[in-house]
Amino acid sequence: MTAPTAEAPTLSGRKFFMNFPVTADSHTLAAYRERGGYQALGKVLAGMQPTEVTKEVAAAGLLGHGGAAFPAGRKWGVVRLNDGEPHYVCMNADEGEPGTFKDRWLLEHVPHMCLEGLIIASFALMGRHAFIYIRGEFDLPYRRMQAAIEEAYAAGLLGENIMGSGYSLDVVLYRGAGSYVCGEASAMLASLEGKKGWPRNRPPRLTVKGLYQKPTVVNNVETLANVPVILTLGAAEFKKTGMPRSPGTQMISISGHVKRPGVYEVEYGYSWEKFLYEDCGGMLEDRALKCVIPGGVSTKILDANEIKGVTLDHNSAVAAGSQLGSGGMIAVAEGTCMVRLARVIQRFYHHESCGQCTPCREGMGWMERILDRIVRGEGRPEDIDRLYHISTANDGTTICSLGDSAGYACSAILDHYREEFEYYITNGRSMYDGRLALADPFEGAVPVPMYVGAGSAS
Amino acid sequence: MTTPDSAMNGMPNGIQHLIPEFERWKQRYPAGFEGSLTIPCLQRIQQERGYIADSDIDDLVAYLGVSRIQVDEVLAFYTMFTREPLGRHHLQVCHNASCSLRGAEGLVRYLCGKLGIQPGETTADGKFTLSTVECLASCGTAPMMMVNETYHEDLTPTKVDALLEELAR
Repeated sequence: MTAPTAEAPTLSGRKFFMNFPVTADSHTLAAYRERGGYQALGKVLAGMQPTEVTKEVAAAGLLGHGGAAFPAGRKWGVVRLNDGEPHYVCMNADEGEPGTFKDRWLLEHVPHMCLEGLIIASFALMGRHAFIYIRGEFDLPYRRMQAAIEEAYAAGLLGENIMGSGYSLDVVLYRGAGSYVCGEASAMLASLEGKKGWPRNRPPRLTVKGLYQKPTVVNNVETLANVPVILTLGAAEFKKTGMPRSPGTQMISISGHVKRPGVYEVEYGYSWEKFLYEDCGGMLEDRALKCVIPGGVSTKILDANEIKGVTLDHNSAVAAGSQLGSGGMIAVAEGTCMVRLARVIQRFYHHESCGQCTPCREGMGWMERILDRIVRGEGRPEDIDRLYHISTANDGTTICSLGDSAGYACSAILDHYREEFEYYITNGRSMYDGRLALADPFEGAVPVPMYVGAGSAS
Repeated sequence: MTTPDSAMNGMPNGIQHLIPEFERWKQRYPAGFEGSLTIPCLQRIQQERGYIADSDIDDLVAYLGVSRIQVDEVLAFYTMFTREPLGRHHLQVCHNASCSLRGAEGLVRYLCGKLGIQPGETTADGKFTLSTVECLASCGTAPMMMVNETYHEDLTPTKVDALLEELAR
């Protein structure tokens, strides 16, 4: 068990489906084929019907890895193959949920595995065109995926008549341009159409009217990366890993105050405490764990007591009062100011609110400004109730769940740490030293100015 | 279609020289959905010019046959587009939750001190623009910043000093 570093971004912990050493060229087609890559696609194209593929994925119980854990087989199953319409599959690689960086790892290290999953999914849905929507800030993941696509075209794994099967597929790699909300599937499809990324109401569902008004399936990167594994192993064998209702593994990206942050592949059902205290090495400065954000900032925080005896799978996380979400876990050590952390999180939601629905557009700003004045020492006694009120009033009134999530995140922090907010409002300062960072490399660092004299700014 | 604006910025014929590239992209899209190319085309133009000029919008509207409002909305909506030139090196520091827990605030203060500017500003010599941004999916290697297209992770004062010195050359 080695710690991941920037130089060697090796996956940490026990490995399951990602069991291979990361080297300078382990992401290439040749290396992937040596590990058995594209055999699943070969098997599918040689003798399976599209419906059989979907049946296998459904039987494996594969749950979506983007955050909502919706069964992938059921999503595929609602598309009517004989409706005479074009069908599209879109890989959601717009990873932007704060704390989440596991898709980035997959795109950088197993681009062909993700691509093979996309091709198999497109075959199962009888699609002629597929899309990969990758966030605009991703540079290396983009270049790796683009290279993988070109390798696949050159090797006859994309384009006309794939592997001589008569099946043809084109893949478009589409870069986002900076927008969190485009990770929401309907906003993503609007963006793919070359428009601003506004989510839209359902029904009609995207599997009925999606991209270009045609039936479209949007799947997360990791979900698609699991597809070749399922077709290779078979559903029954795949289900031997993980829990009955959470089969397989979850890529967990952990950050914050742990000693060994990074991306880990965790079998569903693994002990949460063992993961944090052993695999991730516990907290910096050997502090106690204060709380954990389980799966991206949009999931409710759980304190150290609430994760005691809890396992890392969907049902257990829900029973504990939260969700595994996107696998973006953030650990927070004892002594951290939750008021300031809440403000950082709310600043994000305000920045990313797309402005379409009034309650979110206005509410996000109100919440940020309230938290901002508390942090400045100008909080008012009624502010805590106001924050609760806005969170509750927003809930369910908007097209997408961005505003709802902000409300849940804020309320959960208030529920757990109300006394910190009261203290901050009464005393005009944090109950702790007010700092968020541990092991801060910039603490006490004095910058030497590069520009001498005034008027350097334009 | 050429304006003095585009003539001054190394794109004397507007977007004409990029059109063969755009035409190649079209081949992988289903036919009839050229509007999808709005965002990729704008990205390519911005890569060339450094920002999106008024004339680029005119050119793109004419080439793709999309409405002007669609292009305007796209430019206003997405944070990575800019209508004005930025510094040669755009430093974007993530200040979301995970990075804040590992020193993003200190990194921003340090950069402000080094460059003598605040987030949102550009140095007078046009070399550096400093911005704070939300999660860049580099949470496990915080604190970090993106310089133009490249991620710089696990930053320390020593690393920042060396990097800025190299970039300033």
